[in-house]
Amino acid sequence: MRRNRGANKTPGLREGGRSLSLLSLLSLRRFQYKYEPRSLSSPRLPLRPFLSLFFSLFSLSLAILFYSFDHSEDGSSAPDGRHPDGFVEYRHQLRQVSFRIAAPIFRRKGTILVVKSDGRHTVGFNAGLRGANLITNAVAAKTEASAKTMDSKPGHEVLLFEALREGLEEEMDRDPRVCVMGEDVGHYGGSYKVTKGLADKYGDLRVLDTPIAENSFTGMGIGAAMTGLRPVVEGMNMGFLLLAFNQISNNCGMLHYTSGGQFTIPIVIRGPGGVGRQLGAEHSQRLESYFQSIPGLQMVACSTPYNAKGLMKAAIRSENPVVLFEHVLLYNLKERIPDEDYICCLEEAEMVRPGEHVTILMYSRMRYHVMQAAKTLVNKGYDPEVIDIRSLKPFDLYTIGNSIQKTHRVLIVEECMRTGGIGASLRAAIIDNFWDFLDAPIMCLSSQDVPTPYAGSLEDWTVVQPAQIVAAVEQLCQ
Amino acid sequence: MAAVRRLSLSSSAAPLRRLLILRPFSSSSADDQRVLTVETSLPFIGHKIDPPSRSVDTTPNELLSFFRDMSMMRRMEIAADSLYKAKLIRGFCHLYDGQEAVAVGMEAAITKRDAIITAYRDHCIYLGRGGSLVESFTELMGRRSGCSRGKGGSMHFYKKDSGFYGGHGIVGAQVPLGCGVAFAQKYSKDENVTFAMYGDGAANQGQLFEALNISALWDLPVILVCENNHYGMGTAEWRAAKSPAYYKRGDYVPGLKVDGMDAFAVKQACKFAKDYALKNGPLVLVQSYDFFEHYKMVLILEMDTYRYHGHSMSDPGSTYRTRDEISGVRQERDPIERIRKLILSHELATAAELKDIEKVVRKEVDEAIAQAKETPMPDPSELFTNVYVKGFGVEAFGADRKEVKAFLP
Repeated sequence: MRRNRGANKTPGLREGGRSLSLLSLLSLRRFQYKYEPRSLSSPRLPLRPFLSLFFSLFSLSLAILFYSFDHSEDGSSAPDGRHPDGFVEYRHQLRQVSFRIAAPIFRRKGTILVVKSDGRHTVGFNAGLRGANLITNAVAAKTEASAKTMDSKPGHEVLLFEALREGLEEEMDRDPRVCVMGEDVGHYGGSYKVTKGLADKYGDLRVLDTPIAENSFTGMGIGAAMTGLRPVVEGMNMGFLLLAFNQISNNCGMLHYTSGGQFTIPIVIRGPGGVGRQLGAEHSQRLESYFQSIPGLQMVACSTPYNAKGLMKAAIRSENPVVLFEHVLLYNLKERIPDEDYICCLEEAEMVRPGEHVTILMYSRMRYHVMQAAKTLVNKGYDPEVIDIRSLKPFDLYTIGNSIQKTHRVLIVEECMRTGGIGASLRAAIIDNFWDFLDAPIMCLSSQDVPTPYAGSLEDWTVVQPAQIVAAVEQLCQ
Repeated sequence: MAAVRRLSLSSSAAPLRRLLILRPFSSSSADDQRVLTVETSLPFIGHKIDPPSRSVDTTPNELLSFFRDMSMMRRMEIAADSLYKAKLIRGFCHLYDGQEAVAVGMEAAITKRDAIITAYRDHCIYLGRGGSLVESFTELMGRRSGCSRGKGGSMHFYKKDSGFYGGHGIVGAQVPLGCGVAFAQKYSKDENVTFAMYGDGAANQGQLFEALNISALWDLPVILVCENNHYGMGTAEWRAAKSPAYYKRGDYVPGLKVDGMDAFAVKQACKFAKDYALKNGPLVLVQSYDFFEHYKMVLILEMDTYRYHGHSMSDPGSTYRTRDEISGVRQERDPIERIRKLILSHELATAAELKDIEKVVRKEVDEAIAQAKETPMPDPSELFTNVYVKGFGVEAFGADRKEVKAFLP
């Protein structure tokens, strides 16, 4: 314990005043139940406080071990902590949470608790805290624990790319007209593993590996959609779809209109975009700002496994062309999603955190930056209402408008560039519709109008960071 | 007999119908079904394929219907010319006169379940696919009962029920679309083909080669048809393409060069191409080209044709070519004249009767224009219709959420 004194000491140890000697005593004991508490009916020692400490330390180390493995394809699998910001956040949370709430865990015997990807369960939020929910199923041992405890919780846990795959697979089962086209989606399994296993299941005619020819295979997808097929076109990176811009703009968006309603284009164009981890300027593009003015196109952005699956299914079922924006850094988010069939409405925004003082609108990866900033804001006494707009075209002005009527202040946090981004259009739409309800000018935090640099620090400065969000809210609420 | 009914006959064509039914020019009904053999004007030239024979079988009815259809197309384009100059048609108007043989010959070789997709020079192909004159003119004038409800214009004629996929403004963008339509045909396993048409200017587009690569790779039943009228807008083909042999541009994909001013050559080539695209092991190829058997599906047809008008109505068409050239082609290679000579030489009709057919056609076109001029313009609310498809159970609510949200099925 002495070595734990210092600036970064966790509060739990300080409060508990545990002694290392006792800890070493415990570690010598055979810990036969891994995660679950031993039955406390016959304790030989006053075990409960010691067990809580040991359990929390053990779970913390396991969680760190688990989160250090990252499976994304873009090379950021180094175990040195390069993860989506969400995970960085969760490790902080775990450290704080594990010691404060270790005791309550053991009041609930045998439950495995899940960290939701939207950070609703972190310590520090005054509203909606339902005890700390920790994810502890890191290592292989989880199956015994999970087999016993998963029955009590509905749904199943998935990573975001698995959620997308589930949505795609369910729709391909349901409708034989759904097919997938893209580079490396078939035999390779998809560059982000979204289509893994589908080629073996459905064959080469339904899961098509295309050559590197975005313009033409997007055009082919649109041509197939004109006849009634429902292709899902994957761009390996959204930036590559700039090559297919003509097809997406003219043929995809406008054909329903220029043919007088004769042709519908039920195509889904999806792919990861956004600023990743030092991927360079050309692979960090935010295409939503370029596509947003194409008439006839619908755009949605997913941010959690739950809405990824829901939006994927809704997009495939929709008769309109839908562009589904995923984010390179969000593919490994884990969440428990329902087992049953569900879809998310394509035009609806999601209320992440209700509040009173300010409306924060964001989408995709900025959700996690905002939630992290929201933690700090709540500590400082602000009550932000956080809305994930999800639908980038058309905007869900209903949800947004109701929120503005309540809070009268708006902050938009986006990853697009300042000029001509989603935030710019959203600002215009809010001013047009809800001017009378605003008490302060709409603030918009967006990425800088620069090509994304390679250097890590420069890249961080390009994108909006939680500290900037906190400062903006403070300025807004003066 | 479907050949006769291809273009709709209005009531004013009753005399024409009588002409055909009463057969004043041949003695017995058996003659109408008799098979005539016509030689194409030029031989086909093949690239990595054995070309089909020059002898084409046809019937008198087919000859007459070719004549009438082509006259109607020619008349429609000339009328569109004068309507444009009268400012009733605005924007871009790309005319097809001189190239009618391609449209008519292709229609004769295929069914309505096969798909055609083309670029902006689409008026006559729309007519060939079963579109009516009234719909064409109303669309050209932007009225509400046009084939695209007045919202497409000259470059966006579509007819889904007879497999006409348009009508596209951006050069070359329709070829990947056509390959996609062929993919869907292969996916649904119906034995149909797609003809993806483009011009000699579009033949230099990269997406064409991308689409060709994918089509050859996936064995798609698509036939790429290059309508080579030798000018890409104002640029002659020898100034735009290093290799103006567009039928050879496919490299590993076989190609066929066809005289596009001869409707029967076009018909023969398209029939050959359709069989080639659908057959699993064409006899001629297995024996001599089994090395290329893997690439048996896709085919490139180059139609050597000519347009009398300029690229569009804003182009006089004489700054980059001489009037002598235009009149020379008109005298020697005009498709309608060729059919007229064939009909007269086979004594299927007299010159006066053919003139009557032309008069009837002209009258029909004039009536269609008159009817189209009277059609009202689209309602202002039409501005917002057909942007999105509403509903598959959930009602989409627009940006201002005026519509009530319904629930999932």
